[in-house]
Amino acid sequence: MTTIIAEISGNNLHAVTAQLVTAAGGDATIICPGGFGSSEAASLAGVSKVISVEGDCFGSFDGGAWAQSISSLCEGRVIAAATANGRELAASIAALKGCAVVQDVTGIDGDTITRPIYSGKANATLTISEDTVLTIRPNIFAPAQSGGDAPINTVNQSADVRVAVQEAIAKASERLDVSDADIIISGGRGMGNIDNFSHLEAIADQLGAAVGASRAVVDEWGMSHSMQVGQTGKTVNPSLYIAVGISGAIQHLAGMRSSKYIVAINKDSDAPIFGVADYGIVATWEEALPALAEALGNL
Amino acid sequence: MADIAVLLKQVPDTNAKIVVSGGRVDEGAVNKWSMSPYDEYALETALTMGGSITAITCGPARAKKLLTDAAAVGATELMHIVVDDLTTLDSNQVSSILAAAVTKTGASVVFCGKQAADTNAGSTGPGVAQKLGAACVTMVSELSGDANGFTALRPSSEGMERVSVSAPCVIAFDKMTTELRRPNVKGIMMAKKKAVDTLSPADLGVDLGASDVSLQNQAPPAEKPAGQKFEGAENVPTVVSKLRDEAKVL
Repeated sequence: MTTIIAEISGNNLHAVTAQLVTAAGGDATIICPGGFGSSEAASLAGVSKVISVEGDCFGSFDGGAWAQSISSLCEGRVIAAATANGRELAASIAALKGCAVVQDVTGIDGDTITRPIYSGKANATLTISEDTVLTIRPNIFAPAQSGGDAPINTVNQSADVRVAVQEAIAKASERLDVSDADIIISGGRGMGNIDNFSHLEAIADQLGAAVGASRAVVDEWGMSHSMQVGQTGKTVNPSLYIAVGISGAIQHLAGMRSSKYIVAINKDSDAPIFGVADYGIVATWEEALPALAEALGNL
Repeated sequence: MADIAVLLKQVPDTNAKIVVSGGRVDEGAVNKWSMSPYDEYALETALTMGGSITAITCGPARAKKLLTDAAAVGATELMHIVVDDLTTLDSNQVSSILAAAVTKTGASVVFCGKQAADTNAGSTGPGVAQKLGAACVTMVSELSGDANGFTALRPSSEGMERVSVSAPCVIAFDKMTTELRRPNVKGIMMAKKKAVDTLSPADLGVDLGASDVSLQNQAPPAEKPAGQKFEGAENVPTVVSKLRDEAKVL
């Protein structure tokens, strides 16, 4: 049997939780920290039980406290989402239980799992013992469908909070984060300067996409590190990744090569980015982006 | 200032090509070994705070250079727990070793990177925190405070948030806007003479037991079939049609 730690977003179940049910392969118990999203979790097909864990410690994220609260409820294999909070929580639970955690798993076949290493420059195949804790990379497994009707048990179990929120700072922009986006349009040094990113933002708005950036422009133009895609930024795997004016340094490719479809727009036909692109367009961004905006508008 | 233990890992430079041979990443083909990038921010922040700073690494003999590099910029004590092949250890074993090393230093504050650039896991900070009974904050991009406690900036679902935490604690750092200091000649000379406390896991009293995880194979990523390439912006509408009709992503 498998215990799934639900991924919570605000007061709701994060969509990745349904993917964890598929990764678990049936007969799964879902633990909902703070009780958030428990009725939605119960409606997922393949879930046999939901444990809604309520306690004061779930008011804000303290991975250590959350782990102390829920680890005794975790039976069998434990899986969580390979998100920032999911990774910290999984590592804390594993250390408390005295077992191993393997993060960012992309394939499961019984006791054999695969995960990328060196940000996707290689893959490792591992054999794990039964009680190993796993986190699963989002957007690899299909989400479980609804139609389930699992019972919900409520447990009151808090723990001492040692990480206290003092101040919440709203996002500078309402733009989608690259980690959550199904389509990403990223710019690199070829965009010339930071002001030209407005052209990428306009296309992002047309597509409902997030805007990403290469390490070069984050470092040199002072763009937000949260936009950085690559080995020292975020590893992303959207359905569509559009790279504009990005040459394709190893460390950038490492962060985006697992995207389902990659479009590269670059004026240098020898740029390494074309080596991973499904569709390459050799053109300047000044020519290509207006054409892209028009073609998308005509869809 | 409280004593700080900084956990550092030596990894292939992020610009290095990773070559796989015989089912294993070929370490001999790595042209440059570096301090894992996020660990650099952990070390830099510790140096800014001052006080006694113990740089700790767990790894093979080559990792000793990392400690000398840390000493060159100001780490005051160096500890090397020698493990010849880290891929033989699971996260629980690594956390146990590093927690025992921290305990030996007497530090109640631990700084580390949010994840290492080789495994990309991020299990060590929270793992060590649990082994030590310490609080943990990860993904920290700004930190202020003193021995009594810290205020840390980290991402949240709404954007960012400032959180407070007191020792004993583990802080795992993300990339920061801080400029990293570079060693000067005097620092480099002094570092060469600096003693390294070289220990085995057994010296720290850690009974490793069996690993929960065994490595079967490392392999290069699957090659993508060659894509379609078009010359000139006039082909943009064609590509957009293909994205809709072939790829079905629009």
